[in-house]
Amino acid sequence: MADTLQVWKLTKSQDGWAVIALSGDWTSPNAFPSGILEEKYAGVRVEDAGIREWNTALAVFLFNLSKECDRQSITLEMQGMPHGAAKLVALSKAAPPKDLHKSLEVPHFFELLGEKAKGTYDSCMVGIGFVGELLLSFYHLLRGRARMRWIDVWNEIIKAGPKALFIVSLIGFLMGLILAFIGSIPLKWFRAEVYVASLIGIGMLRLMAVVMTGTVMAGRTGAAYAAELGTMQVNEEIDALESMGISPIEYLVLPRVIALTLMMPFLCLFADIIGVLGGMVVGVFYMGLSSLEYWQQMSNTTRVNDLLVGLFTSVVFAVLIALCGCIRGIRCGRSSDSVGQATTSAMVSSLVCLVIATAIITVITVNLNI
Amino acid sequence: MEETKQNVPVAVRNLTMAYGGTLIQQELDFDVPKGEIMVVMGESGCGKSTLLRHIIGLNAPASGQVLRNGVDLWNCTEEEHDKILRSSGILYQSGALWSSMTLAENVALPLQQFTDYSDAAIKEICEYKLSLVGLAGCGGLYPSEISGGMRKRAGLARAMALDPSVLFFDEPSAGLDPLSARRLDELILELRESLGATVVIITHELASIFTIATDSIYLDAESKRMIARGDPRKLREECPVEKVRKFLNRET
Ligand SMILES: Nc1ncnc2c1ncn2[C@@H]1O[C@H](COP(=O)(O)OP(=O)(O)O)[C@@H](O)[C@H]1O
Ligand SMILES: [Mg+2]
Repeated sequence: MADTLQVWKLTKSQDGWAVIALSGDWTSPNAFPSGILEEKYAGVRVEDAGIREWNTALAVFLFNLSKECDRQSITLEMQGMPHGAAKLVALSKAAPPKDLHKSLEVPHFFELLGEKAKGTYDSCMVGIGFVGELLLSFYHLLRGRARMRWIDVWNEIIKAGPKALFIVSLIGFLMGLILAFIGSIPLKWFRAEVYVASLIGIGMLRLMAVVMTGTVMAGRTGAAYAAELGTMQVNEEIDALESMGISPIEYLVLPRVIALTLMMPFLCLFADIIGVLGGMVVGVFYMGLSSLEYWQQMSNTTRVNDLLVGLFTSVVFAVLIALCGCIRGIRCGRSSDSVGQATTSAMVSSLVCLVIATAIITVITVNLNI
Repeated sequence: MEETKQNVPVAVRNLTMAYGGTLIQQELDFDVPKGEIMVVMGESGCGKSTLLRHIIGLNAPASGQVLRNGVDLWNCTEEEHDKILRSSGILYQSGALWSSMTLAENVALPLQQFTDYSDAAIKEICEYKLSLVGLAGCGGLYPSEISGGMRKRAGLARAMALDPSVLFFDEPSAGLDPLSARRLDELILELRESLGATVVIITHELASIFTIATDSIYLDAESKRMIARGDPRKLREECPVEKVRKFLNRET
């Protein structure tokens, strides 16, 4: 069987030509024998010495041979070849190869470092510019000149509000439950079980509800923004908007920021209520408090300010999540790969922003006794 | 009987196509024998791409059958199904290149998945196929870095990667310059000539239709049926349906 495979034999003729005789089945491609024309020849002639079957494998061989001949600027005669193969090779060389100046050099370490630093600086500047543009478009909106459709805001509100309610309440309930369980351990040491209500009241309203809501919304809505806008970037839809003189910030980002900013406080409030109920379940069924006790203890020790700090934080979170998602989406590259990257980095950067914002708000409000 | 069936790469039997409740085309019935170049014509939106999706097995018929080499695509073993798909090369209307891979990687993927050729051989094949469509030296570029016409041609190179016996082209010359379009016609004719490929091609380019077609069908958007069938050069002169004559003569 092996002898039926592709065979080539090179002989040198009297006039200094290389005569390559091909035989056998040329149906399974092998790597081109690159050293085939090592010697200097006046020209190359390929001959059919019994080619049985052929397909792309033969065409690829001839194609490479002819490129090699071009490189050495010698003539290649293919008259002896099956007509189709010669024609295919001619077609493949009909358009001259393009010279691509893509540098393949590995850059120096410092070069990489510099580029990385510049990239970070650039993306910070982009972020700042983005915020600026957003403020400008908000100003346009107030003056009634923004190119934004309220129907889009409404659609985004539905997506970011009611549709997120279930997951937010589930997480809120479980957080209340967990917080109360964990709190019950040290409180039992001091026989101060009733203080679980204060723990839940302050802990949930001020911090836990909003942090959990923010995390859920970053994963759910922020990532969706990045994926949506990223896909639009890939399909040149954003270019189409821009070329019509419609600012993508006004048209795409503004509705999302508005919708999320409007919805987050409600979601947060909802998580507050559900979380408090979760804590009450533990207080009543596990720690033996009556629901009246729980309620009185909570209203005595929890202030309205706790609730307000939580709600304020949720507004900050909403802006941060929407911004991170939209920036990453709009700055997305042009491939499916980069949509994935945009989504990932939207998620990561909004979580980082949330944690930093929480730290700042907590330190300030606690110190000011708010 | 079996013998002749085997030699028909594409046979459409009484096919009705619909998206949900929306009827697209009904009672289509035609064969594409081996070595034919079948052109599918019709106004945009009449269901040409949809027909292609049915023939390559992406959409299931509402009723009727699509036979490939005598095998019903929707009533066969998985191996038969895969074998049929692998013997077809498809150029999608928008190119449909994988955007996170370079052109060379796009062409190489089917070769890596379905053959046991060496890496060097695959690299050479990719280079050759890209040259065939006039993209010599562009293998390292990403789809986002090239023009629409180039994307089309790269999609063609990918469609040809496995030397398929049946090729499907969805508007291959849309977006191509006349020179590239002309070379594409030559390439299609050559593929048929030398490798015996069967081609089903959707196109509006009259010049290209008259150069390469050996057979054609015309899908009508209003009656949702096939209203003409035959060699387009003959249809141009003597088709009984006025619409088809006008289409082929470029009249209004
Ligand atoms: N995925 C889809 N769902 C519903 N309808 C579709 C879908 N794709 C196409 N259509 C409809 O089917 C019809 C035929 O589309 P298509 O086959 O793409 O036309 P063309 O002949 O221009 O290629 C069009 O009217 C289009 O609106
Ligand atoms: Mg179409």
